[in-house]
Amino acid sequence: MLKVRALECRRGASLLMSDFNMSLEAGQLIHLQGANGTGKTSLLRIISGLSTQETGKVLWNDVDIRTAREDYSSNLIYIGHQPAIKDDLTVLENLTVSLKLNGVKVDIKRLEEALEVVGLARRKNLPARVLSQGQRRRLSLARLWLDQRPLWILDEPFNALDVQANKLLEERLDQHLVSSGMCILTSHHTPNIDKKLLTEVSLGL
Amino acid sequence: MKIAGILQALLWRDIKLAMRRQSDVVATLFFFVVAVSLFPLGIGSAPSLMHAIGPGVIWVAALLSSMLSLNRLFSSDYADGTLEQLLLVPMPLTLILAIKIFAHWIVAGLPLVILAPILGLQFDMGAKDIGILVLSLILGTPLLSLIGAIGAALILGMRGGGVLLAILVLPLYIPVLIFGAGAVTASVNGISPEGALSLIAAMLTLGVVFAPFAAAVALRISLE
Amino acid sequence: MNWYKFSSPKTFYPVAGSLAPYFLGVAGALLILGLYIAFFLAPTDFQQGEAYRIIFVHVPAAWMSMFVYLIMAGWSVVGLSLNSKLSYMMAQALAPTGAIFTFLALVTGSLWGKPMWGAWWVWDARLTSELILLFLYVGYMALHSALDDVRRADRATAVFALVSAVNVPIIYFSVKWWNTLHQGASVSLTQAPAMAKIMLMGMLIMSISFWMYTIGVALLRLQCIIAEREREIIWMNEAQRSE
Repeated sequence: MLKVRALECRRGASLLMSDFNMSLEAGQLIHLQGANGTGKTSLLRIISGLSTQETGKVLWNDVDIRTAREDYSSNLIYIGHQPAIKDDLTVLENLTVSLKLNGVKVDIKRLEEALEVVGLARRKNLPARVLSQGQRRRLSLARLWLDQRPLWILDEPFNALDVQANKLLEERLDQHLVSSGMCILTSHHTPNIDKKLLTEVSLGL
Repeated sequence: MKIAGILQALLWRDIKLAMRRQSDVVATLFFFVVAVSLFPLGIGSAPSLMHAIGPGVIWVAALLSSMLSLNRLFSSDYADGTLEQLLLVPMPLTLILAIKIFAHWIVAGLPLVILAPILGLQFDMGAKDIGILVLSLILGTPLLSLIGAIGAALILGMRGGGVLLAILVLPLYIPVLIFGAGAVTASVNGISPEGALSLIAAMLTLGVVFAPFAAAVALRISLE
Repeated sequence: MNWYKFSSPKTFYPVAGSLAPYFLGVAGALLILGLYIAFFLAPTDFQQGEAYRIIFVHVPAAWMSMFVYLIMAGWSVVGLSLNSKLSYMMAQALAPTGAIFTFLALVTGSLWGKPMWGAWWVWDARLTSELILLFLYVGYMALHSALDDVRRADRATAVFALVSAVNVPIIYFSVKWWNTLHQGASVSLTQAPAMAKIMLMGMLIMSISFWMYTIGVALLRLQCIIAEREREIIWMNEAQRSE
């Protein structure tokens, strides 16, 4: 279970949020809302452990994530604004490397299946630089089908996705939550999943 | 076993990426050769002069070209977001950076070592002196990558960071230059280079232990 | 007494302002005393004549240049380990003074060198180390001014100060080694004449004066830094409110 306690977040000299509290339980999805510049990305970066906050705590199973960084990292998938894809590697190589770096055993058949699901199977041996924005996004999301981790932190995962891919991701989210996964994401539209699992959190003063 | 697998994957990735961008590697090497060749043209080529300046010139050029390639260490990973993912790899960042620095040395430092004997011949060095030159570079260039990594991490993502990187890193390179070039100069003058070489080796040991850690601290600060 | 109270920039601001004049006053008084000893009480050197009197500035300035860097590194350690803003500000406030002393040591060194060795610059081990130290100061300040985000600038320069301070002795040693390799034991500032008691006294007084000056000026600069950062926060908040 993820808890955020009395968090204060600043960007430069300006205060984005103070005394922010939140908790996320198994099988729950939090949809962060807020206008541009309200600190959605900053918050996600703090929760994932990429940035540190001035005051307040982020707890994973009641342990401060800063004291158990590696244990926490191995429970989490963070997909940021940038798709984290190397242009000079092929689609398949990109996926393989990102899995291997996270200590996941690579099974080439499962990899190809996942690429099939996200619709990149035919492009698997092309260098990633020829992919469109939407295809890059699909490639970075492909990890969600291969790597079993309880906590997903997704920054604008629906960006640049077409209708069909949108639906695909929503289905995958549903699956993840039903098998008692957790997810926190930002998005301009409310993801179309079971309303019982969804919690809306608004940022901005 | 899992740790080894992760580190191996990272090493493979970085070397593969460099191989797919060979022009960068070749350009750095070419810079090394050009920079070395400029000195005789500026100073003159009397044999006694060549003996006196050769070690220093080759070492200075090696230092500058290894600095030129430092930008590549983090900046492209930073630009496409993969650096964030490396920070989230369930493993100490220090270890990750140690591997990245090692990979950087293989693609940016090792080629200099391999090319150095040819440049040594241009300065009329004997076989023994060339041997010492290669040895001093083998010990010294990893140190350049290690120290440089700290600087590269500090200036990550800054506009016009290249010049600043030079200002930060070059003064810290001075001991490496002194002992590296000093070892070869000593050998050319018929003095034992052992002292200087063992001092570089000692610094390299210190560097391997502390530099990745310092670079990790710097990187976390820069990525906030 | 609660010392932690003073670790907040806001409470320290008036303290810094009220302390600074005392330090500067003492610095000025000691400077006059030290210079009086240097010019009137210290005997003329039988080898170097009157020119040697510059060591009363040169040596204390060189000492200070090294000390200040170490102190900056010290504040950086405190800043990084306790995450206290004031420590970072302290390091930042000290840097220009340290750089000025380094520069002063270089200028006085070369002024001394001209009558002594007939050249404005000799690659003496100490002068060369001093020059490299100036590079480090410049690097530190350049890094701070190049980073827009104050938090990042504070912490990044702290890492640099630490890494380079560890390097200072290595640099000094290597330059000394280099000097013996290339020039043998030729010229060196260490060959100053055997020191009379009065000279040592003069130098000591000058160093204390420089110390006081450093502290006083650092406090004033600290005030400027605090004010500058506070203003930015106030300004940002107002801009936000008026939106």
